Amino acid sequence: MIPLLLAAPLLLYMLVFYALPVLAMLLKGFGEQHWTLAHYASLADDPVFLKTFWNTLSTAALVTLGTLLLGYPVALALVRTRGVTAAIILVVILLPFWTSVLVRSYAWMVLMGRHGLINEALLAAGLIERPLRILNTSLATVIAMIHILLPYMILPIANALRQIDPSLARAASGLGASPFQAFRQVVLPLSVPGVAAGVLLVFVLSLGFYITPAMVGGPRDITLSMLIAQQVDQLNWAYAACLSTVLLATSLALIAAFQRLPGIGNAFRMNTR
Amino acid sequence: MTVARLLPRTISKAVVGLILLFLGFPIVVVVVVSFSSATYLTFPPPAFGLRWYEAYFGSADWLRPTWLSLAVASAVVALSTVLGTLAALGLGRLPKPLRVVAAALVLSPLIVPVIVVAIGIYYAFSRYGLVGSPLGLVLAHTCLAVPFVVTSVSASLAGIDPRLQQAALSLGATPRNTFLQVTLPLIRPGVIVGALFAFISSFDELVVALFLSGSGAVTLPRRMWDDLRFQIDPTIAAVSTLTIVLTASLLAVAHLLRRRAQGNLGKASVT
Amino acid sequence: MRDGTSTTHGAAVALTALEKRYDSVAAVAGVSLDIRSGEFLTLLGPSGSGKTTTLMMIAGFEMPTAGDIAIDGQSVVGLPPYKRNIGMVFQNYALFPHLTVTDNIGFPLKQRGVSRAERSKLVGEALDLVHLPGYGNRYPRQLSGGQQQRVALARAIVFQPRLLLMDEPLGALDKQLRENLQLEMRRLHADLGITFIYVTHDQEEALTMSDRIAVMNEGKVAQVGRPEELYDRPASRFVAGFIGESNFLPAVVRDVDGETVVADCQGAVVRGLCRKPPDSGQSIVLSTRPERMRFADEERSDSASNRLRVTVSEAVFAGERCRYLLRTADGTSIVLKEPSSATVRRRSVGEQAEVAWPVADTILV
Repeated sequence: MIPLLLAAPLLLYMLVFYALPVLAMLLKGFGEQHWTLAHYASLADDPVFLKTFWNTLSTAALVTLGTLLLGYPVALALVRTRGVTAAIILVVILLPFWTSVLVRSYAWMVLMGRHGLINEALLAAGLIERPLRILNTSLATVIAMIHILLPYMILPIANALRQIDPSLARAASGLGASPFQAFRQVVLPLSVPGVAAGVLLVFVLSLGFYITPAMVGGPRDITLSMLIAQQVDQLNWAYAACLSTVLLATSLALIAAFQRLPGIGNAFRMNTR
Repeated sequence: MTVARLLPRTISKAVVGLILLFLGFPIVVVVVVSFSSATYLTFPPPAFGLRWYEAYFGSADWLRPTWLSLAVASAVVALSTVLGTLAALGLGRLPKPLRVVAAALVLSPLIVPVIVVAIGIYYAFSRYGLVGSPLGLVLAHTCLAVPFVVTSVSASLAGIDPRLQQAALSLGATPRNTFLQVTLPLIRPGVIVGALFAFISSFDELVVALFLSGSGAVTLPRRMWDDLRFQIDPTIAAVSTLTIVLTASLLAVAHLLRRRAQGNLGKASVT
Repeated sequence: MRDGTSTTHGAAVALTALEKRYDSVAAVAGVSLDIRSGEFLTLLGPSGSGKTTTLMMIAGFEMPTAGDIAIDGQSVVGLPPYKRNIGMVFQNYALFPHLTVTDNIGFPLKQRGVSRAERSKLVGEALDLVHLPGYGNRYPRQLSGGQQQRVALARAIVFQPRLLLMDEPLGALDKQLRENLQLEMRRLHADLGITFIYVTHDQEEALTMSDRIAVMNEGKVAQVGRPEELYDRPASRFVAGFIGESNFLPAVVRDVDGETVVADCQGAVVRGLCRKPPDSGQSIVLSTRPERMRFADEERSDSASNRLRVTVSEAVFAGERCRYLLRTADGTSIVLKEPSSATVRRRSVGEQAEVAWPVADTILV
């Protein structure tokens, strides 16, 4: 009885100000007056939706791959170093992690702009003659998103690596494995749960990105989130609701699928920002 | 032989160094640019000065949204910390099926794409005149901040040795006194950490603000966003630097508290 | 800490058919036990024997599913823990990490509305009692394990409970410290005159400290008695095996003569003591302690001793004693411990020998 009384105010609050509004909005996708799946049926041959959906998925996949390739070595370094070096690595990972998406996207605008640092540097080095167009391309989106989501990949992997008993790798070397073999055959397989958690986290968060692609992305590389916002601006609620349902369902399906893998259940329970 | 053995190590160090540079450099650039004396955006700056900070502090257009963001975030902290802490105390003791549903409801803002939350709330709030009002922002941001409070407090609750509560009872403390004199002091760091996260989550929030700010309740991120659409002048770098400093120092406090709490409870807390 | 007027005496605790079931599993399956006023009683048993659950029911943290707990004749089953006025020392001490030593010890006094001045006086006396004067301003994490243990003890007795419960309080300490604290607890028990109920799985600890021991197994009391009683006259094979080391010899009853049973064992006639006379022809197990056996090749047989022929299969020198593993004709293993001495010939592996032990040390289990 007392536990329920303690939880009730928040549950009521979340119901009234969060769950019911979102549900009511999502329901608009099933028709304003009568139940219908017509809106969803029309999505199947809607070129704008299909292109946006594909763009969102492929961006998420690229970003996930990028964060994995860049994140694993850093996670390994974070776990294998001690003292000051480890502290510095941690701060370098966490400082951007703690900085708002808006500010980090802005940083990439500064770097990638027509007169940004990257172009200036390339010009000065004589590698190019005219400034390259980097800002407002899909490449810019992918780079900035990798930068923003990298900590979400590093931290779960580092967590998994930290739980591996260091004597295992030593035992492998003792049994004649080269350092690379010891890594491939002992450390890598044991870190798979961390990798899976990181991949899930980054992929799902990528799907919902809005600010960054809108700021640094190309005018044609629209993500689902941007399309939803656009439709709301045009008061096209039914369409926006359909798209929201698709976006939400995709995220939940991915989480459900990953949760069947062992050791991932906690991915979303970490205190992530 | 030594070269062959040292080379891979040097390469791997260089690779990690480059990745860390990739992570840290953009932030450094923003900070450096904010101290530029140039009237346009260029890097490295020709000379240093505080003109962009002066521009920021001299402009009501910037200060008004700043105060609003601080006020909204403070209200969000108050609301989400009270609701979230009470709920965290109750959630763990609810019967199983109810607990799972309640936890899903409370924690789902962490995984539901924020655009979906934003337009859902916008859709409902627009009917009740809550768009363009600070109250609407507070109510919406609280939904997004609550998961941070609940996870943080739950983690510190889970970290408490249940024997401490038993000890208090055996020493004659009523359940009420046990809660006030033992449980509450022990979860205090978790509550504060949750409150700090709640503050930052509201202070940095943009997507919901894009829909709910209207013209009457423009927050700092919203103001920055509007500015960026037209120009990228270094005032934004100065504002960004200030917000980086604010959030970084709040999170440093959170980190220290968490470390101290762990030492205190003698048990590693989950988060 | 006790002034002359309030004569503290220990509480008498009566457990009657006490039972605790979780779903269908019985953690405690009918425990009846009378704990006398001022007694040091130990609940001894392996993990899962129900000893801690029994203690938790006395403290009030677990509700019995059946049976009764009475303190000085008053049932306390319906009473919440904070109204039972029982001192308790927990495993790992359960000191409040956010309070100083003084505030930890003062905690029960504060709950009872004792004034600040009186509190600080009583806390000071309690600290003296556990030999920690001057430690009041420290936090628990600044103390060693042994010191934390003493603070926990001081906190549990400062409010003058008449019953003190202890749940494996020395489990986390090293051997040396444990032995010191065992002595100190005995002393405290004697000084305070209150009833102690002590839970442990360490039989040596139980034997050294207790007035009486209740050996628990599978949720039941296997035997209650003074330490030497349990050691010399174990009532069951479980008790004989759990307390100290025992040899078990299968035998067949030939005859019963009062309290003495005469049985055939490995072709020899062996006598032992029994509580309840078995039937003639029944298969029984006789138990005896390894240190009560001796090599007896050169001795004459006498009616007060049993004898058996054995082969030495292992011989281990362990300083103060030699430990032999012997086998009887049918392969039963017997352990024999012999005080080491330069004048005694050591047996070698493979050697034939004859062992003897007193009939009085042979128990039917």
